[in-house]
Amino acid sequence: MHDTHAAPPPAIEVEHLTKVYRKTTAVNDVSFAVARRSVTALLGGNGAGKTTTIGMIMGLVRPTSGSVRVLGKRMPDESADVLGRMNFESPYVDMPMRLTVRQNLTVFGKLYAVQDLRGRIDQLAADLDLKEFLDRPSGNLSAGQKTRVSLAKALINNPDLLLLDEPTASLDPDAADWIRRHLENYRKARGATILLASHNMLEVERLCDRVIILKRGRIEDDDTPSGIRTRYNRTTLEEVFLDVARGRAREA
Amino acid sequence: MSALQDELPRVRRGIGWHRIGAMLLRHWYLLTSSWPRLLEMVYWPALTLISWGFLQNYISGNAGFFAKAGGTLIGAVILWDILFRGQLGFSISFLEEMWSRNLGNLMMSPLTPFEFLLSLMIMSVIRLAIGIVPMAVMASLFFNFNLLGLGLALVAFFCNLIFTSWAVGIVVSGLVVRNGMGAESLAWTLVFILLPLACVYYPVSVLPHWLQWVAWLLPPTYVFEGMRALMIDKVFRAELMIEALAINAGLFVVAIVVFVALLNSARSAGKLIQSGE
Repeated sequence: MHDTHAAPPPAIEVEHLTKVYRKTTAVNDVSFAVARRSVTALLGGNGAGKTTTIGMIMGLVRPTSGSVRVLGKRMPDESADVLGRMNFESPYVDMPMRLTVRQNLTVFGKLYAVQDLRGRIDQLAADLDLKEFLDRPSGNLSAGQKTRVSLAKALINNPDLLLLDEPTASLDPDAADWIRRHLENYRKARGATILLASHNMLEVERLCDRVIILKRGRIEDDDTPSGIRTRYNRTTLEEVFLDVARGRAREA
Repeated sequence: MSALQDELPRVRRGIGWHRIGAMLLRHWYLLTSSWPRLLEMVYWPALTLISWGFLQNYISGNAGFFAKAGGTLIGAVILWDILFRGQLGFSISFLEEMWSRNLGNLMMSPLTPFEFLLSLMIMSVIRLAIGIVPMAVMASLFFNFNLLGLGLALVAFFCNLIFTSWAVGIVVSGLVVRNGMGAESLAWTLVFILLPLACVYYPVSVLPHWLQWVAWLLPPTYVFEGMRALMIDKVFRAELMIEALAINAGLFVVAIVVFVALLNSARSAGKLIQSGE
């Protein structure tokens, strides 16, 4: 008999995920699950495998072995079932530069079949303070403004799963703080799941329930921010990050 | 299925015309934001027509067979432009996504690869129309060549040429997805391999015997032979168009298979997250 009260599967389930590019192993036998409504950070230095892992979760990179399930669906084979319920923001992609912000958001809103699109764009413009440049070509914006527009595109479909790669990388501290607050509010209001890759330890400590530290494609540690700090006997995640990056053994 | 999933809006599977409409809107915004883009689409076809039109006038001044054959030049120019600009319209619409580093956004959206290709096909016809309509009007005004006078044959010529142009455009797009912008120049050059082999300006009989076999493997060869038969002998050779359509169908399937294979290869090589580089 079909159990209608069964708990939904985790937002993301990664099992024995491995990605080898020719002779380079970018991700090596990584397994983790991300609970719904949580905010999880992938931490790691350059080349740790964060972007490749997120790429496999998004279905843009095919794993060499292992499996990824997003909202219960196998990626990339069943991605058509879930792509409308997720979205992402990444420094590796841009939006058409000649189109205005409003035009870009309109196109993506239609791709995601957003209802009352005009109202949704107005709401995002108010939430993310885009109003003054809504009718300006996207290519004429500052780096900080572009980041806000990318985030608006990532939120256009009210996603249940949001994947963010360095979401505040090019923002000044005030704007970055403002974006973090918005993400926190969005997560609470929508009950969304957020997975983010970041180098900003302050951001991770403030936003995330859980931290997965990657090093050379493997999971080095996986715990709450406070749990990791305690285990490494450090007061900040930045100190932990340096310990891991420089190969210093943890205290316990 | 969980209750949570039931509550959530799902993007429909199958062909989503609203998604194709979104892609057309994206290109419409782009075209209307840049008058030089529009001008360029009219400029080159017009320039080509004028050059060849005067040459035709010169040749037609002579008597005999060459005067009649010379009359096919403008027809050949316009039909070649349908093939060339159809492919270019497809490929440039695709390259716009690469130039703006937007491909990752699209691949992560509910837009399926097939819907993406379908939108590019429609865009190629729109871009082609922007260039060809003024060209046809000029041919009629200045060189007394009425493209619409070809009647139903024009429909057969157009369909076969546009199918070939899409097949080439699909393969070029797949190569660019897989190999990055290093393969961009193929969008402008690959189709030109058809220029000598498809016998655009001369009959197939001009080619060496072994090369004639190659020529008859290409659907545009049938179109240009058919165009000459219509204009010189006043005969519409429907059998040529049917053969061309059959080869086009095979070519189109091969192009789709190649594109899917290249897309999968790009996915495996991690090219989709850093497209444009």
